[in-house]
Amino acid sequence: MAKVLVVTSGKGGVGKTTTTAALGAALAQMGEKAVVVDFDVGLRNLDLVLGAERRVVFDFINVVQGIANLSQALIRDKRLENLWLLPASQTRDKDALTEEGVSKIIAELRTKFDWIICDSPAGIERGATLAMRYADEAIVVTNPEVSSVRDSDRIIGMLDSKTARAEQGEQVKKHLLITRFDTARAARGEMLSIDDVLDILATPLLGIVPESQDVLRASNVGSPVTLNDAGSVPARAYTDAARRLMGQTVPMMVPTGRKGLMDRLLGRRAA
Amino acid sequence: MNLQRLFGGRAAASAPVARERLQILLAHERGLRGQPDLLELLRAEILSAVSRHVELDAEKVIVRMERGVDVSTLEIDIEVPNAAERYLAASRHGTNAAVTIR
Repeated sequence: MAKVLVVTSGKGGVGKTTTTAALGAALAQMGEKAVVVDFDVGLRNLDLVLGAERRVVFDFINVVQGIANLSQALIRDKRLENLWLLPASQTRDKDALTEEGVSKIIAELRTKFDWIICDSPAGIERGATLAMRYADEAIVVTNPEVSSVRDSDRIIGMLDSKTARAEQGEQVKKHLLITRFDTARAARGEMLSIDDVLDILATPLLGIVPESQDVLRASNVGSPVTLNDAGSVPARAYTDAARRLMGQTVPMMVPTGRKGLMDRLLGRRAA
Repeated sequence: MNLQRLFGGRAAASAPVARERLQILLAHERGLRGQPDLLELLRAEILSAVSRHVELDAEKVIVRMERGVDVSTLEIDIEVPNAAERYLAASRHGTNAAVTIR
């Protein structure tokens, strides 16, 4: 049965789009049929992170408005035959996205895919509420930093009250994904620890993705990090997270990044 | 880079401060959740109650909550058009009401 996931955070810049692309690719690499859906109307970027920016012809809004049908708007990844993208529109008209339109498209995607991963825009406005509206499960992306944790708490409250499931008295299953984590800084007490964040947000942990050059390198070349360098630490963290979403039990690895004296002398950053 | 850090000493760790601030803030914000609609509800009921007797511009009914440590103040500001003065002639208390709740 198809599962609808929303990747959300409240705060911008924490790694929602990176996460959507990486998890979509990881699931596709494991043989699952996945579609990633960009809900950031007016500021689409998922196409760029996936390297499909020049292949966008029709978008989500075109389908809602009946200008194109769904199969015309879906873009199949050139590297992974199981990965598809539904791009957002670049229109400035935020109201072009309607609840009925989203409901219809999600229902149609459910018949075609195993996983529908909705990339939420930042904020708590229309785009963000519509992205979570029909979700079965939610991935709350959080950086170990006060403003991100606060916004995640707010988003968790919305998942429990503003979604279709919540209104029917059911639960949206929530997962916490901590990104841009720096083990060395957390160990020195300069950054909130994993336990701090888990204590505060009281949401089950899906994975820990370290702060890493590999993430930037992957987005530079338009390739999900799990595909660009499958052996890198963030790629392994995302692949493990995807396995957990599929119901597998995978031991949680805390990325190590402890710096030695030489690193500190030279002011090196953790990789 | 300062010497203290170079030799492995700890500058005062800031993460515990972050943790404590978040715990206090979120306890407060979670308490308010579900309440943001309280003001809207009050506004709607006040508007409907007053509208039964005086013709009002819905935009001119302002309900505001100021939260203090011990006492919070609920301020209700209703602008009544002058044409409505005859309705109020009996009680010349003015056109503004302020209520304080504890």
